[in-house]
Amino acid sequence: MIATALDILSWILLLAGCGFVLIGAFGIWRLPDFYSRLHPAGLTDTMGAGLILLGLLLQAETAMVAIKLLIIAVFLLFTSPTTGHATARAALAAGLRIWHAPGAANSAPKGKDDQT
Amino acid sequence: MMFAITTFAVLIALGIALVRAFLGPTVFDRILAVNSVGTKTVLLIAALGFLTGRPDFLDIAIVYALINFIGVVAVLKFVKYGDLASSGSDGDSV
Repeated sequence: MIATALDILSWILLLAGCGFVLIGAFGIWRLPDFYSRLHPAGLTDTMGAGLILLGLLLQAETAMVAIKLLIIAVFLLFTSPTTGHATARAALAAGLRIWHAPGAANSAPKGKDDQT
Repeated sequence: MMFAITTFAVLIALGIALVRAFLGPTVFDRILAVNSVGTKTVLLIAALGFLTGRPDFLDIAIVYALINFIGVVAVLKFVKYGDLASSGSDGDSV
């Protein structure tokens, strides 16, 4: 009984995790601007990876496998915000302007580094 | 069976992130995409470890996550300061 419950739960977690990873990847591809792409990148790292690793955790037979999965999850939890922050700061320092939609109220003039 | 689906989905996501890596107009889009590819590879290795029933894949996944982080930070420093050797001399400490 417990095994089937665990299987069903890990099925749900894995499918949800795959959904978030795919949504994150699609967001990275389709969003117009670097700064807006930071969000799906973070989304994939935290939610997608977290759910998939949690789903795998339920399927872990030995304790060592579970510990390794927890190590990966905790490490990703700390480093993905750090890389996102560092990338955004580096982009800002390099003078990457935030892109505005052409029709938007405060739309910047169509600059040379148009990124759509 | 579910591990096969997870592996397949992560592979598709990897492909999409690679598209952004090739398209990315600015270098920071490429760094972002490569960082995302690295994280997805960690998930891929973990899922493959469970798919093929080999728990030692998770060590590879841990090492890959570590190196992915170090690599992204190194590339960012290289992009910002032109070379990896400088001690961030232009004042603002990142």
